[in-house]
Parts: sequence; structure tokens; C-alpha cells
Amino acid sequence: MKDKQLFNALYIDLSRKKFWVENREDLFSKYIGGVGVAVRLLDEEVSRRIDPLSPDNVIVFAIGVLTGLYPLASKTVSTFVSPLTGNYGESHAGGRSAIAIRMAGYGAIVIRGASEYPVYIAIHGSRVYFRDASALWGMRSSYTVGRVIRENERGAGLRTIMRIGRAGENLVRYATVITETYRHFGRLGLGAVFGSKKLKAVVISGRRTIPVSNRRMYREVYDEIYRYSIKSDIMKKYHDFGTAVNVMPLSIIGALPHRNLKDTRISDERISGESIAEKYLARRVACVHCPVACIHVAAIREPYEDEPYFYKTTFISYDYEPIYSLGSMLGITDPYGVFKLIDQVDIVGLDAISTGVVLSWATEALERGIISIKDTMIDLRWGSYKEYLKAIEYIVTQPNEFYRTLAMGVMKAAEKYGGEEFALHYCGNEMPGYHTGPASHLGCLIGARHSHLDNAGYSLDQKYMKEKRYPKETELVEKLISEESWRQILSSLVVCFFARGIYRPELVSKALKPLDYELSVEELQKLGLEIYANKYRVKLKLGFDLSKLRLPKRIFEIRTPHGVISEEYINNAIAYFRERIMKIVSG
Amino acid sequence: MMKRLVVVDVNRCVGCQLCMFACARRFGDGGFGRSAIHVRSVGGIERGFIVIVCRACTDPPCLKVCPVNALTKRREGGVYVNYDLCVGCGLCREACPFGAIFWDSKINKPIICVHCGYCIDYCPHGVLDMEVIRNEG
Repeated sequence: MKDKQLFNALYIDLSRKKFWVENREDLFSKYIGGVGVAVRLLDEEVSRRIDPLSPDNVIVFAIGVLTGLYPLASKTVSTFVSPLTGNYGESHAGGRSAIAIRMAGYGAIVIRGASEYPVYIAIHGSRVYFRDASALWGMRSSYTVGRVIRENERGAGLRTIMRIGRAGENLVRYATVITETYRHFGRLGLGAVFGSKKLKAVVISGRRTIPVSNRRMYREVYDEIYRYSIKSDIMKKYHDFGTAVNVMPLSIIGALPHRNLKDTRISDERISGESIAEKYLARRVACVHCPVACIHVAAIREPYEDEPYFYKTTFISYDYEPIYSLGSMLGITDPYGVFKLIDQVDIVGLDAISTGVVLSWATEALERGIISIKDTMIDLRWGSYKEYLKAIEYIVTQPNEFYRTLAMGVMKAAEKYGGEEFALHYCGNEMPGYHTGPASHLGCLIGARHSHLDNAGYSLDQKYMKEKRYPKETELVEKLISEESWRQILSSLVVCFFARGIYRPELVSKALKPLDYELSVEELQKLGLEIYANKYRVKLKLGFDLSKLRLPKRIFEIRTPHGVISEEYINNAIAYFRERIMKIVSG
Repeated sequence: MMKRLVVVDVNRCVGCQLCMFACARRFGDGGFGRSAIHVRSVGGIERGFIVIVCRACTDPPCLKVCPVNALTKRREGGVYVNYDLCVGCGLCREACPFGAIFWDSKINKPIICVHCGYCIDYCPHGVLDMEVIRNEG
């Protein structure tokens, strides 16, 4: 007895304001949910290269078999065509999004077309409403948008409120979709796709029981997973300090990109996870069904200048990535400055990583005289957070040609103004904060969404540091492909990657059993590779050019903990990858 | 001895809702269709959470308004719902000042905490505990 409601795919047509449900047992029984299903749905909807900001694009959300049944399986996977890279787009978010979709009675949601006027969609169980969002369009802060919808809609505690800010409305190619205030579909510009469809928000709520086939076995496996999740060291690490705990260790080994990767270390420890926790940590928050609570929220108290003893307290969630991109990368080591920037990207709804990388490119370009202050309108200098705050607003409002270009991402900006050698991106997606060695950069380059989470090359680099060795190109590429394949299973089950040490193949197989899914370890591994192949097929269909895989020159100039990366090594690895991936996709 | 489930420190709550899932899992189910405990934010996650659960009142208002006497006081604390008598009028839900009576929309009847304490073991942050109710008359 499988949960049949998981097979429900809710189709929403924004152009015609219609919705219907289709039974997609075919996809869910084969691909178990999440990314496996979302890739196939995207593939069905988009048959050729399209303009990602046209009504031809779709937004797909999918969750997995384990969602709402086991801890740490509460991610929603979204697929779309990325307006940032023009190619395959995939982004994951936690919060309450996944559980809300499952409790509303769906396994996937497909949003087609575009509305003529701003709308938000409210999905309460089997009911779907198109609500006029004209009054919410252009609202200064995404926080306020959340508050208004919270008051208007039912389902407190049982709902997700996914929304965009002004950056999404203004089609900034790296705009995010924010959910539950602190979680994001961050990368690759889902926010701009929402904006292009005049879709301000999606609210989803529901409450139901998920049937289980073998209840006794289910409870046993549940307890096993639960015990691991509260006892494991890595989970404790993320509970105590959150991902910010990685700031100083990466700086110490010389892998923390600083000032547009001109350097890899910071000397100021004020933005370390430990220091921030001590001075600013106010609250820890969890995604639904996660005992870890890695979301760390800082409180900053700010005085109003016009009245003495009049303060406001702002709560800002911080993670390693924004501390890297809006702190270290921009030369800001004053936590207050970093918090202000994180808050600002959330207010407007921009991806923190891309924004930081775009601004650090602009700062270096200005420094080198490739662009002038006439373009930037403000004097961008390392460490000057007040100037960067203004620049973020300009990326959103785009008052001149320069900011219109910056809003397209660092690749487009460098194509137009020059400075491609220090424009840090992989196929158009801005670089995350790991200059750990060849695997980190190669992993992002060959990863299907050019994200560090595709295959975690940064983690391999650190493993090889401990082992005091570095593998040959072919071995490294094989490792990355094998990790990326397995991660397709995790993100089809929508398991958080932090829990990858818990959800080992054997345990995954065991956890599926009481839910009536019989998959052996070998079958799971085979399926992972199949989903990976499906994904790359979509990439190729959307025009991905394997001959254009290359890394910016800066990456080869700056020492990593494994020394200076050799271009020959990377070129050999790319050549080998091309052969391998063509074999994998042809099947 | 009467015992009740209590929220010992709501400020420790991280909003993971593991307690809600635990409550449903008592029956071996997933989701929280039949959960008798509820966690929601205080108007936005930045402001923290509210945990709503039956208080096991010594003089329960829900019991007093039931027109068919389907609710009786449990010896161990809290109230017991006799589903054979219950007509699903929902008056008990309205009478509870905490909003701690939830609804099973499938059978159209209330869900009320039985103070079994199963959820406590699944709250790793020390929000919930059992407390002995002193005889208040």
C-alpha cells in the first residue's frame, strides 16, 4: 500500500488561470520523487531551447517518498530553465515547503504560462486560488510580503509561503524565491522566473495522514534514523554553530576566497561561526522534521538616528555562504556590515552568493580601471558595506546600462566590460566559497547545475588533504560522477545533504521498505546514475556546449591548499569527463 | 496520580514539529493528520514559536459544553473522547481557550491529547515534559 496522493501532480496554467491534477504514478514509482521526477517533468514541458523569461518556461516543484515520514527529508526540489545560465536550472529549499506540498496531497506541482497581471497562488489542499497580487507588486521588502500573506491566508504552522522580492519582479537573473523568511530557492534565478510569470508568491497548506504499509517496521527504522540524527558529530556541529563554523577552518587552510579571490585568508576572526554565535546568535530554527536546527539567526540592535533610546531589533539568518560572498569576498570582516548586506539581499530577494561575486568582480574591475565610477555611480571599495548596500539597490532598480548588465550575472558583465579572467563563475553560475583545490572547481564546472552541492568537490579536496595525496584526473572525475549520481537519490528522496552520512545506501533501502518501495542498494545506485543521465540529457537538449567547459584564469593563479592548480590537470580532466558523460547519456 | 504534558520552555522550540509527527506516529501513521499537538510561529519565524497542547484543565471548559456528554475527565489527566457518542458539533473546539482541540476532518471529530508523553522523547531540545498535577480540588 503506497501513499497514492504522492502521485498527484498539480498542474497550474497561469495564462488561463486553470488547474488540474494528473496521476503520475509512472514517474513516482520509477524515480521515487524529488529531482528524479522533477527532471522528467521539466523534460516533458520544455522540448527545445527557450527564452527562460518567456511563458514557455515552467516551474516544477517535487518532493519525495520519505517527506513527512522520516526526519531530514524535507527539501523541495525545483527545476526550471535558468535565466542566469540559459540552461538547466535546479534549486532546493527546505523550511516547510516540502511537507506543505505533501500535506496538501501532492507530490509535484507544475506551473506553466504567465499571468497578465501580478498574482499569487494559494493552494489549500485540493483547492487552488488565483489571488490578485497587484497591491503586493513593488513592495519594498519581501519580509512585508510574507507578513501580508500570512495574515490573509489560513494554515498557520501547516503552510509554506514562497515569495519573491523586487529583484525577482525586475528580472535580476539571480533573484531568489524566499520561503519561511530564512530559506531560499537560492541559485540560478528561480525568482526571476517567478517575476517573468508575474507570480509574486505561492502559498501551500494542508493536513493529512500518510498511510504506512508496515507500521512496526516503520517505527523501528524511524527510531534508528532519529537516534543517528541527534547523536552524530556532524549534526551536532551544525546545531551548535551552523554552517558558519566552516569560516575559520577554510581560512586557516587558505581556501576562503577573499577580495574576489585575490587572497584566500582573512586575519579578522570576528566573522567566524564561533565569534558570531557568542556575540549575536539569538535563535536557532529548524526546517520541518529536522532535529538539527542548523538555521542560525542573529539579532542586531540598531538605534534610530532621529530619536534617542529608540531602537529596532532585526533578526538575520546567517550561513557560511553569505558570510563568504557578502563578507570575505567583499573584504568585509565587520559582522555588522555582513549582517546588513545579508538582510538587504533578503529584503530585495537576491541570491547571496551571486550578488557577492558580481559585486566583487565590479570592485576589482573598478580598481583596475576597466570600468569607471561613472558606471558604478558609487565608489565600490573592499570593506565598504555602506556602498555595497547602495549597489544592491542599484542591481534591483538598474538605473543605468552598467547595472542592467550586472543584473544579468558576472559572466555577461565580463563579456561586455572585460575582466573575464577574474569573473568567477562556472558556465554562468557564480562561484561558491571553496578554493580548496582542483576537485572543488572541477566539480562545479562539470556538475549539472554548476553548484558545489552537485558533487561536493570541496569535500573531496579536504579529504585528500588528510590523506596527503591527490588522485589522477581520471580517478577524480570518476569520484565526482559517482558522488553526483548518488546525490540524485538523496535529492529524489529530498534528503538534506547534511544528512548524507546518515542516509547511506543500506539505510535508504531499509527506510523505503515499510512504505512498500523495494529497492536494493544496487538498484538505488543504478537509478542514481539514470537520473544523472536524464539531467545531462536535458542540459544537452537545452544547448549545453561541452566544448566550452573552462575555468577563469584567476583560479589557476592563486594557491590552494593543494598548491597552484595545473591547467594541464584540469584540461585532461575535462577531456576525460566529455568522453564519460557522452557514454553515460547515450546509455 | 494525574500527569500532564507541559511546555516547559517554549523559547527552546526550534519549530521542527517533530512532536507533531511523533503524535501521529503513535498510530503508525505519517504526516500529522491526527496530531494532537501543534507548533506554529508567532507571526513569522523570526519571532519564535507557539506550542499548543491540551492543558489537562482540572475543570475543563470543553467538557462542560459537550451536548452529548462525549467528553469525560480521564483519571490520568486530560479528557477522554467517546467517539461513539460524539456528534462532531465542534463546540468543544470553540470552548478551548488554547485552541488545543484539533480536528480530524476525515471522521469530523475532535482530536485531543491523551497526555501519553510519546512526543517528549522526540523533542531533542527540551521543550516538552510531563508534570504531576497537584490535586486542585
